Amino acid sequence: MHIPDGFIDLPTSLAFIGISAVGVGVALKGAKSELSDKTAPLAGLATVFIFAAQMINFPVAAGTSGHLLGGALAAILIGPWAATLSITIVLILQALLFADGGLTAIGLNVFNLSLVGVWVSYAIFIIIKKVLPKGKRAIPVAAFIAALIQVPIAASSFVLQYAIGSVATIPVSTVFTAMFSTHVLIGIGEGLITALTISAVLATRADLVYGFRGQSKQLEIKEMNRNSL
Amino acid sequence: MKEFLKNRFLLAGILVSIFVAGFFSFYASSSPDGLEKVAEDKGFLDTAQESANSGSPLADYGVAGIDNERLSVGLSGLIGVIVTLVLSLVIFKSLARKK
Repeated sequence: MHIPDGFIDLPTSLAFIGISAVGVGVALKGAKSELSDKTAPLAGLATVFIFAAQMINFPVAAGTSGHLLGGALAAILIGPWAATLSITIVLILQALLFADGGLTAIGLNVFNLSLVGVWVSYAIFIIIKKVLPKGKRAIPVAAFIAALIQVPIAASSFVLQYAIGSVATIPVSTVFTAMFSTHVLIGIGEGLITALTISAVLATRADLVYGFRGQSKQLEIKEMNRNSL
Repeated sequence: MKEFLKNRFLLAGILVSIFVAGFFSFYASSSPDGLEKVAEDKGFLDTAQESANSGSPLADYGVAGIDNERLSVGLSGLIGVIVTLVLSLVIFKSLARKK
């Protein structure tokens, strides 16, 4: 879902460069609390994996494909602040090196995928995790749902930008219906890839999963308390 | 970068990423993605402009001058993996240190 130049007019595109720059600036500060010498390489790996996975377009319906956005995956693996930076790095490199996504559209894309995608995913993940029974098995389920919902929401965020500054005159409602329904289908693929990847990391190095770490720490404390009694 | 050779998890993750970007990417669907398809069906694809750097040697995930499709896509993916790794490590490590 990389917006090319020309879909959205220049004033709107420039305004979103400003909004996204502020968001990424805040994330640069926030990420310091999530990153340590131990987790910084993991954040690098997550960024590389998302770049690689975004090259894989999977078919979703006749003549349509989708690829991973990665907001949920990154937020759950390395935390939402670092995830915001991770997706932004991928988007900037894609626009600069591979001409994937327009240059003036960079703010629109960062807004939809790094800000909306990451934070909507993370909020849904936290809510679902609270509802589900505690433990490792709940994490991939919450990850699947968060990743799935993220995609039509990010698509709706594009429609918002379209409503503000579209160059074309196609009605917003027409674009919204088509974008939303298509991206629910892509969301299923996003959910599957995210849940499988998180499961693989949980099986090998559960201690590295940001979205699980808080919980495992609590369990450790509970066990320590029990042992001391 | 040294930690990626010492740590088995990081090494495995990078190898998987290299496999995906450098080899498996050749098999990706070439159908338009969701946004492009909607733009085409609803009739606003023609407002898209070519990126100012569409002349980049790696534009559209291929290496300029390499005709073999498999090699061209794979090599562009591999270059992407390396550049992404270096840039993200520089950023994340400096943030971790600045606490």
